[in-house]
Amino acid sequence: MTPRTLFEKIWQAHEVVAETAETPAVLYVDLHLVHEVTTPQAFAELESRGLPVRRPDRTLGTLDHSTPTDAAELLGRIPIRDASAAAQVAALERNARAHGIELLGLGDGRRGIVHVIGPELGRTQPGMTIVCGDSHTSTHGAFGTLAFGIGTTEVGHVLATQCLLQRKPRCLAVTIGGRLQAGVGSKDLVLAIVGRLGVGGGTGHVIEYRGEGIRALSMEERMTVCNMSIEAGARAGMIAPDATTFAYLQGRPGAPAGEDWEHAVERWQALPGDAGAAFDGEVSLDAAAVEPMISYGTNPGMVTAVGGSIPEAGDAAFMKALRYMGFEPGERLAGKRVDLVFIGSCTNSRLSDLQAAAAVLRGRKLARGVRMLVVPGSQQVKRAAEAEGLDRVFLAAGAEWRESGCSMCIGMNGDVAASGQYVVSTSNRNFEGRQGAGSRTLLAGPATAAAAAVTGRVTDPRELAA
Amino acid sequence: MDVTATTPIRTIRARTVVLAADDVDTDQIIPARFLTTTRRDGFGDALFADWRFDGEGQPRPGFALNDPQTRGAGVLVAGRNFGCGSSREHAAWALRDYGFRAVVAGSFADIFRNNALKNGLLPVAVPGDALAWLTAHPGVEVTIDLEATTLAAPGLAPAPFPVEPFARYRLLNGIDELGYLLSRSGAIDAYERSRGA
Repeated sequence: MTPRTLFEKIWQAHEVVAETAETPAVLYVDLHLVHEVTTPQAFAELESRGLPVRRPDRTLGTLDHSTPTDAAELLGRIPIRDASAAAQVAALERNARAHGIELLGLGDGRRGIVHVIGPELGRTQPGMTIVCGDSHTSTHGAFGTLAFGIGTTEVGHVLATQCLLQRKPRCLAVTIGGRLQAGVGSKDLVLAIVGRLGVGGGTGHVIEYRGEGIRALSMEERMTVCNMSIEAGARAGMIAPDATTFAYLQGRPGAPAGEDWEHAVERWQALPGDAGAAFDGEVSLDAAAVEPMISYGTNPGMVTAVGGSIPEAGDAAFMKALRYMGFEPGERLAGKRVDLVFIGSCTNSRLSDLQAAAAVLRGRKLARGVRMLVVPGSQQVKRAAEAEGLDRVFLAAGAEWRESGCSMCIGMNGDVAASGQYVVSTSNRNFEGRQGAGSRTLLAGPATAAAAAVTGRVTDPRELAA
Repeated sequence: MDVTATTPIRTIRARTVVLAADDVDTDQIIPARFLTTTRRDGFGDALFADWRFDGEGQPRPGFALNDPQTRGAGVLVAGRNFGCGSSREHAAWALRDYGFRAVVAGSFADIFRNNALKNGLLPVAVPGDALAWLTAHPGVEVTIDLEATTLAAPGLAPAPFPVEPFARYRLLNGIDELGYLLSRSGAIDAYERSRGA
């Protein structure tokens, strides 16, 4: 038998009908995650055709995108301020009830960002296919799943048939040698990878991340890497499951237990790619050479080391991006003014991210004039952080400690920056206006973001290390 | 095949408007603040909102869509990697709602391409020389022939563009994709039975 990659094994196991020259494959979906923003039109389509949801038991809903992170609004002490966001929340509550779909609603202690809760609840498991009407579904690939974002029409297809029509993508190996230095995180690594591939470099591909530098990462760190695959154009990013994966999952509510657990692990151990399996391309990067990274432009491929400089020259798009950002070619990033700091998003809102930010902030105050939002990825992350006293570190520093949700990553829930403001953000996109019309985003990891909050300037977090 | 029909597309003949930019992301096509709706229409006014309008809602002079001469253009010409970023189908809805029937670009992001094809918005990726010519000739009337998979204009030799064969068949014949998937229910049943799912 031809040696197969991790991706090929999962793809083949989910082909209901194999692809031909004329028709795409009918691909089975094991887990369909739904949220309030990209589903109302899909449910309406089913309703207009009189179709049921085929597998409500393989569908899990949460409220995160347009859901406010203000406790009073979230917990119903005051109405949700944005009436249209309130209508989206109400629509998903109604649709979930009507179709028997489990929804982690506003007051649910398990609610959170869709790509945080899936793994946290043990619903994301190796070997699965997972889709969601959100491009950062690639996050789940950290568990050795094939997980990718889809549009709303496709959400309707999955609701009605539990399947998608898909052409088989190509597979790109990203091999990470060496290990990250102390003070450098997995966000820095993935920013370096996106910088290397460019925003279109992974188009048409699934990325498999592998090598010593990946094996050494925790599950939360692996999720950060897979999360940003889409920023290089790849719909999915994957990492072969190993002992780290199994240790993370064991004992979680959605994970198999007892004898089923043993059988599951046995199955999962067969998932990693066979020796000699062929990829369509390979890119290699040395983790040990990665520095704390930050973006300077208006797409996630425009990155440099925090201690580095903006390139001296570029094309018209480069110049347009710098004009938007208010930067000059060749300028150093360190020392640039910062107005707002955001710790959160499906990229960096898990407990270890909050710990990394708190380690920098402990015993320090925000620089004068800087606003900082800390938004945990889920209500469970929030409680775990509070149990360690991280909330008190953030509050004592002068930051805001909010309820879980997408918050300033997407800026459609009331959490936005003003036009012209500079935001150092642990999220995934620095597109023009992403965090509010006219806002200017610098993407970075949690330690770099926290360091910027303390100094009010772009700062290498290693300079503040205790 | 028991499928609900959609409107077939065979040929698109329309004038172009040129947005000479690479990596146009879906946050530019439709900013997130316009996504808090449960409808799939009415997005045309928000298309490229922050490029079209200033903070006071006034049209920005110099942006192609604000040029009165481009009114009624049915084909948008852009650069490489059009539609990157978010999976929001609202981007395809907004382009369609504004009146575009095709986007011509050097290449497309995967999710946007899928979303466009599901909404009767044709993603037309043409070779670099054809794109350069189109960029240099804004407002030209192009003919996009889905059957022949070529784009032509007076002065431009027909340029080939790729379309996934099933999407082409579906668009040419007005086949509804969900209807097609539902017609495979027997295979889906069998698959679920075979793995005890």
